Amino acid sequence: MERTYLPILLLVGFVVTNAVAIILISHLTLRPRPTAEKQTPYESGMPVLGDARERFSVKFYMVAVLFIIFDIETVFMIPWGAHFRQLSCGTDLVAGVCPTGQLSLFGLWEMLVFIAILLVGFIYVWKKGALQWD
Amino acid sequence: MPIFDLSHPADLTAALFPDLLLMGGAMVLLLWAVWRRESAAHQRTIGLASIWLCVATLGAVLYMLFHQGHVTDGPIAADSFRFMVDVIVLLGTIAALALGIDDNDRMGTTTAETHVLMLLASSGMMLMAAARDLMIVFLGIELMSVSIYALAGLNRRSVRGAEGALKYFLLGAFSTAILLYGIALVYGATGTTGLYEIHQRVVELQLGSSPLLLIGMALLLVGFGFKVSSVPFHMWAPDVYDGSPNPVTAYMAATVKTAAFAAFLRVWLEAFNAEIGTWHRAVAMLAIATMVVGNTIGLLQRNVKRMLAYSSIAHAGFLLVAVAAGSMQGASAMLFYLLAYTLATFGAFAVIVVLSRGDAPVTTEDLSGLWTERPWLAVAMAVYMLALLGFPVFGGIGFFAKWYVLKAALQAEEPQIALAVTLVLTTVVSAGYYLYVIMVMFMRPRPANSEAVTPTPGWTRFVMVATAAAILILGIFPDQTVRYVVRGTPRLGAYVPPVKTAPARQAALTH
Repeated sequence: MERTYLPILLLVGFVVTNAVAIILISHLTLRPRPTAEKQTPYESGMPVLGDARERFSVKFYMVAVLFIIFDIETVFMIPWGAHFRQLSCGTDLVAGVCPTGQLSLFGLWEMLVFIAILLVGFIYVWKKGALQWD
Repeated sequence: MPIFDLSHPADLTAALFPDLLLMGGAMVLLLWAVWRRESAAHQRTIGLASIWLCVATLGAVLYMLFHQGHVTDGPIAADSFRFMVDVIVLLGTIAALALGIDDNDRMGTTTAETHVLMLLASSGMMLMAAARDLMIVFLGIELMSVSIYALAGLNRRSVRGAEGALKYFLLGAFSTAILLYGIALVYGATGTTGLYEIHQRVVELQLGSSPLLLIGMALLLVGFGFKVSSVPFHMWAPDVYDGSPNPVTAYMAATVKTAAFAAFLRVWLEAFNAEIGTWHRAVAMLAIATMVVGNTIGLLQRNVKRMLAYSSIAHAGFLLVAVAAGSMQGASAMLFYLLAYTLATFGAFAVIVVLSRGDAPVTTEDLSGLWTERPWLAVAMAVYMLALLGFPVFGGIGFFAKWYVLKAALQAEEPQIALAVTLVLTTVVSAGYYLYVIMVMFMRPRPANSEAVTPTPGWTRFVMVATAAAILILGIFPDQTVRYVVRGTPRLGAYVPPVKTAPARQAALTH
């Protein structure tokens, strides 16, 4: 059982060694010649404008929250799709196929109820005007 | 006697009918609420419709309580404990909705969604009462909490309201995480989330001293401790109760506590029944700390809402005594206590709804001399205070509630002398603030510069009359109430088919 964790251990070891090695090598071979341009936070040449900690319009948060809702829907639908054959079968699958006469609408209804609940939320959001930018 | 085979979707739906009715109705009302333009009249309409929906759900719950079926082993229970908790939750919801209609009018809140959020929170609570699986408990808690986070922040323009809502949200999320971690560890130790299966595996595999299980139980205790606001996990309660709108505070103090205690008791009595030697001391210590701290700090409060917040913490301590008894008698004593506590709390908050002006807190100063200006209001408040105190006769059902908790503690397998003594002594301490309110109302003169108390709005009057009448009348006939409540014990253990089940279903069961 312990051996199954070996790849994870190898990966962790590789990542740590790699990170330490990169920092160490660049530190050892470094020849510092600072110029004013190099000292700026971003070397792309864009002058920095103001502070990053600004107030954002609440609309951005609204969009983010709405995105999460539909994101979660997808997260839920993918495993449902992967198990749809089993969910729409009254008994166990035989060689990946449902025996004849055992098909049920259970899986379909489950998802329809879920989507209906989500739809209620969507209609609410729409009617409330949260999707209107101005 | 119907038999619900929970492995069949249709039977599962039937066993959950009241919960689904409330959830479905709430969603229809949500659409109705948003279909029209916001207005005070529309808010009242939705509030009234919500009350009717609760009454319909109450009917369904009562039907199922009196025509109880058997359910197979599964994530849902259909015992009288569940339905009696549902009754208390729904009565509380009706009272909160009724107060909410008037409070929205008074505060100028025109959003009708406030009522719908309450309905959704209540459906989560009903799910908590029904849950026989830690995942369903978690689902119920989340459904309840997320709705109440929004309700707590209803006073958007009030700084105290925003502070309370943020505190509630952060600590609520934190406690939920702890609870979930506890669930994960219990699952890791036993390999199941079903309450009865946890019990079976703990006994069969002798997991009693498994560190994974013990840490999981401790985390669950902390998580539930936050939800019922027991000391030392009570810090959020006074600020949150103070900042939230009055009906929401009453709802949080009474109804949320009811649901949290229902889930707490079922998890503890069913899943960790064999572990009582392990958890008993921890729950007893929590109970003692909660009773002592809640009642003594309550003495210092002059803001009535904060005083009631500490009183609600103290009552969590009294209820923990019933849990610590670890017996069926404790379970029914807890139900009885929750009923009395819900009635008195909603009554007291109805008085606060009448007295509050804008965002300013209601202090004992506002109450002084109330008897000379509004005698009936003062009398009603006195009844609620005496009921919370557990005073005989005038406190009605409150006295018997304390009495049955005390009886359960003393008649437990191991009599809980320390808990019983603390309960009695801290009740005496609590008289310091409950009777102070009465003293101020009846014996102080009305300050000359005080504004006239606004007339009582209709729904608030309804809540006050109904709760005061229920407290006093049930106090005259406690035996009849107890006869019902005693049956409200959680049915533990495996499902035993009472009659022969059909062969197909039998096959499905064994499968």
